[in-house]
Amino acid sequence: MSRYMTQQTLRQKLEILADAAKYDASCASSGTAKKNSLGGKGIGSTEGMGICHAYAPDGRCISLLKVLLTNHCIFDCHYCINRKSSNVRRARFTPQEVADLTINFYKRNYIEGLFLSSGIIKSSNHTMEQMVECARILREEYDFRGYIHLKTIPEADPGLIHQAGLFADRVSINVELPTPSGLTRLAPDKDAAQIEGALAKTKSRIIEAKDERKRFKHAPRFAPAGQSTQMIVGADDASDADIVGKASNLYGNFGLRRVYYSAFSPIPDASAVLPLKRPPLMREHRLYQSDWLMRFYGYAPGEVAQATDRHGNLPLDIDPKLAWALKFRGQFPVDVNRASKEQLLRVPGLGTTAVGRILAARRHRTLRLDDVAKLTQSIAKVRPFLVALDWRPTTLTDRADLRALLAPKQEQLELF
Amino acid sequence: MMVAQRVSGQDINLSAHYTVHLPAPDDFAFWRERARALTQSDVPPDRVSWVEPGGTGDLFAHGGPSPEDKPLPLPNKGAAAVRASKRFLRLARNAALHSDTERFGLLYRMLWRLQSKPRVMEDKADPDVRRIEELDKSVRRDSHKMHAFVRFREVESDEGEHYIAWFEPDHHIVRANAGFFRRRFANMNWSILTPRGCIHWDGETMRESGPAQRSDAPSDDPTEDLWKSYYASTFNPARLKVGAMMAEMPKKYWKNMPEAELIPDLIASAQAREAGMVAAGEREERERPQTLAEISDAISACRDCPIAECGTRAVMGEGPSDAPLMIVGEQPGDQEDQQGRPFVGPAGQLLDECSEQAGIDRSAAYVTNAVKHFKYTQRGKRRIHQSPTAKEIDTCRWWLEAERALAKPRIVLALGASAARSLLGKTVSISKARGTPLPLDDGSELWVTVHPSYLLRLDGAAREEQGALFARDLSAVTARLKELGA
Repeated sequence: MSRYMTQQTLRQKLEILADAAKYDASCASSGTAKKNSLGGKGIGSTEGMGICHAYAPDGRCISLLKVLLTNHCIFDCHYCINRKSSNVRRARFTPQEVADLTINFYKRNYIEGLFLSSGIIKSSNHTMEQMVECARILREEYDFRGYIHLKTIPEADPGLIHQAGLFADRVSINVELPTPSGLTRLAPDKDAAQIEGALAKTKSRIIEAKDERKRFKHAPRFAPAGQSTQMIVGADDASDADIVGKASNLYGNFGLRRVYYSAFSPIPDASAVLPLKRPPLMREHRLYQSDWLMRFYGYAPGEVAQATDRHGNLPLDIDPKLAWALKFRGQFPVDVNRASKEQLLRVPGLGTTAVGRILAARRHRTLRLDDVAKLTQSIAKVRPFLVALDWRPTTLTDRADLRALLAPKQEQLELF
Repeated sequence: MMVAQRVSGQDINLSAHYTVHLPAPDDFAFWRERARALTQSDVPPDRVSWVEPGGTGDLFAHGGPSPEDKPLPLPNKGAAAVRASKRFLRLARNAALHSDTERFGLLYRMLWRLQSKPRVMEDKADPDVRRIEELDKSVRRDSHKMHAFVRFREVESDEGEHYIAWFEPDHHIVRANAGFFRRRFANMNWSILTPRGCIHWDGETMRESGPAQRSDAPSDDPTEDLWKSYYASTFNPARLKVGAMMAEMPKKYWKNMPEAELIPDLIASAQAREAGMVAAGEREERERPQTLAEISDAISACRDCPIAECGTRAVMGEGPSDAPLMIVGEQPGDQEDQQGRPFVGPAGQLLDECSEQAGIDRSAAYVTNAVKHFKYTQRGKRRIHQSPTAKEIDTCRWWLEAERALAKPRIVLALGASAARSLLGKTVSISKARGTPLPLDDGSELWVTVHPSYLLRLDGAAREEQGALFARDLSAVTARLKELGA
């Protein structure tokens, strides 16, 4: 007990509670309502674009002060460093301490705002109250106009979640695992139906608030940056097809801004139930790429699933768009001077920017391969799938070893 | 309009060459006015040189058109208005802030071409268009990095808190970004010092001053220690991706970011930290034993939790390998440890008794424990039972799962909270969980009741009451087994 008796310093608490919060992948601070501190009493602004104020050596952006209010938890989720049965050091902030830290960091331009989450202490309502109180201090007492992301607790009273949304730019609830059986096994205290119910409720609140603002200029905003969620990848045996299917349901049913994927990574004092190995970072990356395909490239979830192997997993050595194109070679090559936007978006190696450039440029000239090369990142990658004024891939598109020609060299997967 | 020094357009000599001195390297408005006039006077791009002040890049030095400048021609009478697309204007405003000395010439050439080809900006394959886009992009990036990487340090003065930052931009972006910092820190006293000039905000007005040096800015701030702790703690060593960090936060910025001094150590220690965590939980990577005999051998050698270090023997489950019923207790006791068999002590005898009464043939069931070793403390000559911790139960769960995978019972009966935790992965209350079956992920059913040793600790009415409940739970299992035809 001695470690609970001695008073922890603010710095020790920050170390424990930042360490405990880092497994949440979300760091976005973008896409919220524009606001600034002119004419106010405090500081803070959000101007649409998120800002990454630093990058850690894990390549992840540090945009928000991402901490837990406490890592004490009455839940016992096996993948979680803060589960009840874990032997990690515990700490607890007061709402005032977190608010002061946020302001002090913000004043030095370290952060865009706060991402506050928490272990469940006493009860879901008590925990949610504390989190809302912290946001209230920031908004009402400090007139803080920066970004606030609150994790909401599905079991908490709807009134509290409503208050959270009034103070926060974004709210989120983690679905945690792609399948109900995974949730039962690894997060035995959580309930899939309850989580989805809370997502649905939040969705309707966001829609209502938007609607009211159309009619009344001064109606309060509710989570103007919307809601997001996170799924853990690699802790259970769900396939990529399962995950992509689940993500697309989530986007469709709950109007989510983002579904984050978090590769399950080794944690100190891990539960004996879970495999501890290197986190599947490449798999996480491929899932994000498939997420992009659905959100920006017009692929249906079923089409992403077509790119998976017989176990339902996406190839790791090539991206899902290339994998799809190699399976459906009949759709290629497409004529860069005539093809529709939708067709061009399916060409491996052409991003949304490049497609926009091609569409604009071909109004002025009939494109040659050289012109395409100027508009794209890598002509070698797109060449087999395109026809230009002076270029036809002839047999290239049909070559049996095309995959080998286009797949990046294996060395790229190595970490140093 | 500026007209005083100009000569009439009709006087233009075809070989005349004009030089325009800009008052400041970021003075887009000045360039725009001159460029408009030159276009209207039909002065082609190759007849104009654009010169920025001093070449020192001082944004706020006082300057103006140099007196030696040849007077610009007056616009031709009736010359058409100069036109440019919105997109050009948007890109040109940014491109004008670039440190490339050719930028104003490039912009003028583009403006000139726009007059005869109004849609040329849409041709993304055009080299001038591409160059302007590149300039715009790097200026936007520089501005974005300024928004991100400026680090204020607090200085206490008589007028209160003053926040001062030192930043080294690549391009002439300081004045252009003053508005961003004003909107963000409207009620704060702040200064941003740069080698290209400085901006100062006191809560009401924006002031500009000439270039500064790094030594003009404060060298530390007490909050930086907290920030560095945060930076180190939010880093996940198991996800080391140095390249991704370097792409977004190139080394040139590090010297002005207090947290960056931690990076080399964080990288150097990351692999050891990750390897340590993986090694601590490595057991899952082992192959699962394929027979009960293999499990029996393997648990004797198991040292995955501290209980195994008590010097006791591992006690394997026993019973038919195809038994429809698996009975799971907590852990071996003193007797079980000595004999090497499960449920042979006092609790085992009580279990046998009650099972028989409920119609369960113990020899037809597979009987085992959640934890395979006896955990105790020595008191005199006696070994006193100690409950296993949740972590120890979870660690040993792997063996129980291996037994279940091989024996494939239809029904599992958990005796007590430890057994229930091992099977469910969470701690449940026996009084709530008993009486109804819980589905397990392999399709079998879990029934939960108390451990017989609990009954042994009771007496009188309580013993009678709990004994009856225990008997009822066992009878329910018997009934269910019959129902399943097992």
